[in-house]
Amino acid sequence: MKRIGVFVCHCGLNIADTVDIKKVVEDIGKHPNVAHVVDYTYMCSDPGQEMIKSAIVEKKLDGVIVAACTPTLHETTFRNAISSVGLNKYQFENANIREQCSWVHKDNKIATEKAIEIIKSIIEKLKLNQSLSAINIPVTRKALVIGGGISGMQAALDIANSGYEVVLVEKTSSIGGRMSQLSETFPTLDCASCILTPKTVEVGHHPNIKLLTYSEVEGVEGYLGNFKVKIRKKPAYVDWDKCTGCGICSEKCPTKISSEFERDMGTRKAIYIPFPQAVPKKPVIDSNHCIYFKTGKCKLCEKNCPIGAIDYDQKETTIEEEIGVILVATGFDLLPKESIGEYGYGKYQDVIDGLQFERLLSASGPTAGKIKRPSDGKIPKDIVFVQCVGSRDPEHGMPYCSKICCMYTAKHALLYKHAVHDGQAYVFYIDIRSGGKGYEEFVQKAVEDEKIIYLRGKVSRIFKDVGDDGKLIVWGVDTLTGKKIEIAADMVVLAMAAVPNKDTKELAKKLKISTDTYGFINEAHPKLRPVETLTAGIFLMGCAQAPKDIPETVAQASGAAARALTILSKSELEIDPLIAAVDEDICTGCGICLEVCAYNARKLHEIKKIAEVNEALCVGCGSCISACPSNASIHKNYTKEQILRMIEEVT
Amino acid sequence: MELCYYPGCTLKTTAKNFEMPAIASMKKLGHKIIELPRWNCCGTVHSLATDDLMHQLAPVRNFIRVLETGTDKVVTLCAMCYNTLKQTNRIILEDAEKRDRINNFLDEEKDYNGNVTVLHLLEFLRDEIGFSKIKEKVNRPLKGLKLSPYYGCLLLRPEGIGLDDIEAPRIMEDFIEALGGEVIESPFKIECCGSYHTVNDIDPVIERTKMIIDDSNTRGADAIVVGCPLCFFNLDYRQKDVKNRYNEFNFKPIFYFTQLLAIALILDEDLCEFGEHFVDPRPLLNKRKLLGGQNKE
Repeated sequence: MKRIGVFVCHCGLNIADTVDIKKVVEDIGKHPNVAHVVDYTYMCSDPGQEMIKSAIVEKKLDGVIVAACTPTLHETTFRNAISSVGLNKYQFENANIREQCSWVHKDNKIATEKAIEIIKSIIEKLKLNQSLSAINIPVTRKALVIGGGISGMQAALDIANSGYEVVLVEKTSSIGGRMSQLSETFPTLDCASCILTPKTVEVGHHPNIKLLTYSEVEGVEGYLGNFKVKIRKKPAYVDWDKCTGCGICSEKCPTKISSEFERDMGTRKAIYIPFPQAVPKKPVIDSNHCIYFKTGKCKLCEKNCPIGAIDYDQKETTIEEEIGVILVATGFDLLPKESIGEYGYGKYQDVIDGLQFERLLSASGPTAGKIKRPSDGKIPKDIVFVQCVGSRDPEHGMPYCSKICCMYTAKHALLYKHAVHDGQAYVFYIDIRSGGKGYEEFVQKAVEDEKIIYLRGKVSRIFKDVGDDGKLIVWGVDTLTGKKIEIAADMVVLAMAAVPNKDTKELAKKLKISTDTYGFINEAHPKLRPVETLTAGIFLMGCAQAPKDIPETVAQASGAAARALTILSKSELEIDPLIAAVDEDICTGCGICLEVCAYNARKLHEIKKIAEVNEALCVGCGSCISACPSNASIHKNYTKEQILRMIEEVT
Repeated sequence: MELCYYPGCTLKTTAKNFEMPAIASMKKLGHKIIELPRWNCCGTVHSLATDDLMHQLAPVRNFIRVLETGTDKVVTLCAMCYNTLKQTNRIILEDAEKRDRINNFLDEEKDYNGNVTVLHLLEFLRDEIGFSKIKEKVNRPLKGLKLSPYYGCLLLRPEGIGLDDIEAPRIMEDFIEALGGEVIESPFKIECCGSYHTVNDIDPVIERTKMIIDDSNTRGADAIVVGCPLCFFNLDYRQKDVKNRYNEFNFKPIFYFTQLLAIALILDEDLCEFGEHFVDPRPLLNKRKLLGGQNKE
């Protein structure tokens, strides 16, 4: 007969206030299997753990129950404690008398009875617990980073500098992401390219980083430590090994089209390098706009290329990589201004979004840093910035705060004033959210030194004025004075809501990780596991998780890299053995468990023709156990017999 | 094709000039308008202003009348009737509890489950006849007539009830173009006309009417087109009060869209009762050679 020790925790007053601990100890002490029972204020504390350890030795216990909080909090603590004195980890059980008892009841008597029943039912389970040992799986010590923006680059560098290999996949032809589109960064006004290029260059040349730009993740198989990733390399129609990045091809290309990098504020050629500091500095041909691809004629780039690097026959290739951990950094986009009817559904040329304004401010942008409005190139003398467009607005867009707009709008207004001294900038805002080192001071500087007029209220409508000066009438309200405001503006900049990049959802499906209502990737725990996804071995960072600014993104990327390194630094990983198993004598090989398994952890043994469990993939969800028609699927230490006995005990 | 039509109170009193050209035009376009028998009040502003279910009974009764005629579609003209009927229908469709309470209360009537479709005549013209078809049937295009559409609120709001995009509606613009008129776009087309303030505090109404009409003058419109009797009253009749306050104010004719349809189809202009307008639009129509020669059927 098992000799079980029961340790009842007061959790301060969390449990003791509602549950009569003395009565619990008295009652449980009478149980034939209980060889030892004791209570203590905080079982999870060091003295509490010491009590458990010495009791195991002194009373020769072969099973331990701690009646306390939920196992998600302290199961590991107590498992480790009992294994330190030689008892098998899986001879520990947690009876939850806090979340499921004391916290949800008021009546002392009922709560006490319930606590006793919970403990008794856990005794029934523990009686049949088997001693198990952890499962070891090998780890491929290589990381995949998806997305080459600032967070992807930071994580790649952190991992590569720790001595592990990294594959960095970026869907555009160069790395740098959104940050490479920015002019200057708040609150210090460093030039974004100047602080970014050292990173892009380091990534480009790092011996441990395999950089795959113009590439996309096609499919992911496997599991933690053992992912197999298919990566599709799109054809650039240029042999990058030969190409020197001289740019003659772009100069000679006759086709001019709107540039995605310039957010339609400028143009690019059909063969192009998106921006001067691009890494790698190699061009791609946009086959949708290239004259040769459309008509079979032209070939000007080929004729002018001094080293014959143009290759119109280049094909898409797929490469496969074995990977241990995956880090997702797919970034953000702005909600299209076309979605806001009040501001003209995007039909007014001089109503632009925040990233477009960044391009106008950028020294390498289409206007060489001169603020000229798109319609006629005139320098705007009255400029209106509107914050929270589509953010904090469930009617038109997103209910959440996009977090970065208060700061970048202040920056925009300030940089505008630096460039146009006699101009007037107005900012419509709901609240100013400037939490961050030096942020509030930055906003105050904009308000006080630059005489930017901050108006607390929303803009109800923007429309074109009658007349030839191209003025835009902005109707808003100043809720502090209660006055309606009408401004005849030359240009309007909308701080559009930050939303996930459009491919994020599709990628999340491939990776089998979850996204929230808006498409941002879910973290495993919002506070305590902010850089992990719920799928083991997949991490997240940057704006793929939620809108955030550069310092926070970089910090999170380093955090994700550190978490990933905890896996890469071992050659083998231990996995909890509390998962499904198959009773080979009973299994008929019907295959129902294969269909219900959401984790691909089931397959049929080729020769035996019965079901098998992939122990690395199984999470112990129990679907196969309830689906198995012949009771051949078992959950280790959660057998049918154990569960039935637990139920019997409480009924 | 026969068409079940719900008129509502205003169309039988002060807005006959909205209804009569509509009925005649629809006949000309091959649709016989059958007025809903035993119709009652649409619920009007009461059914919108309070959440007391009692105010939803009138609209529901109308739906039961519609089903009794053997159809499940009803066409309205008045923007208020359109809005109240459609909103009540949405409550019945989406809120089972309220539906049951209403049905239990109306125990002398058959249960109503929300299966009547409420259409505004503009929607019927656009979706069931088609503006391109109407363009073919127009025998006197409104050539040279510069028209600025004005929607007000009830045709558009709230989301899911209105007949077009809330912020950038096109239906009247497309309709005007189908009749051969020239559209003058105005950002004021979705502004409030002052609504029922006109009953006890005409101040905001005077200011709004002035703002809307002044803007149409700057943009070069000959006239404004509406689809709501209350907008019509505020924009047309209140011009008198605007003129009293602002001597430099210039009058502007206001049309119901149905009057323009009748003109374009060369129907009897007496149906339009232009004489009842505060600003008589006939001088304008004469100037554009759009009067006379009607086909008195």
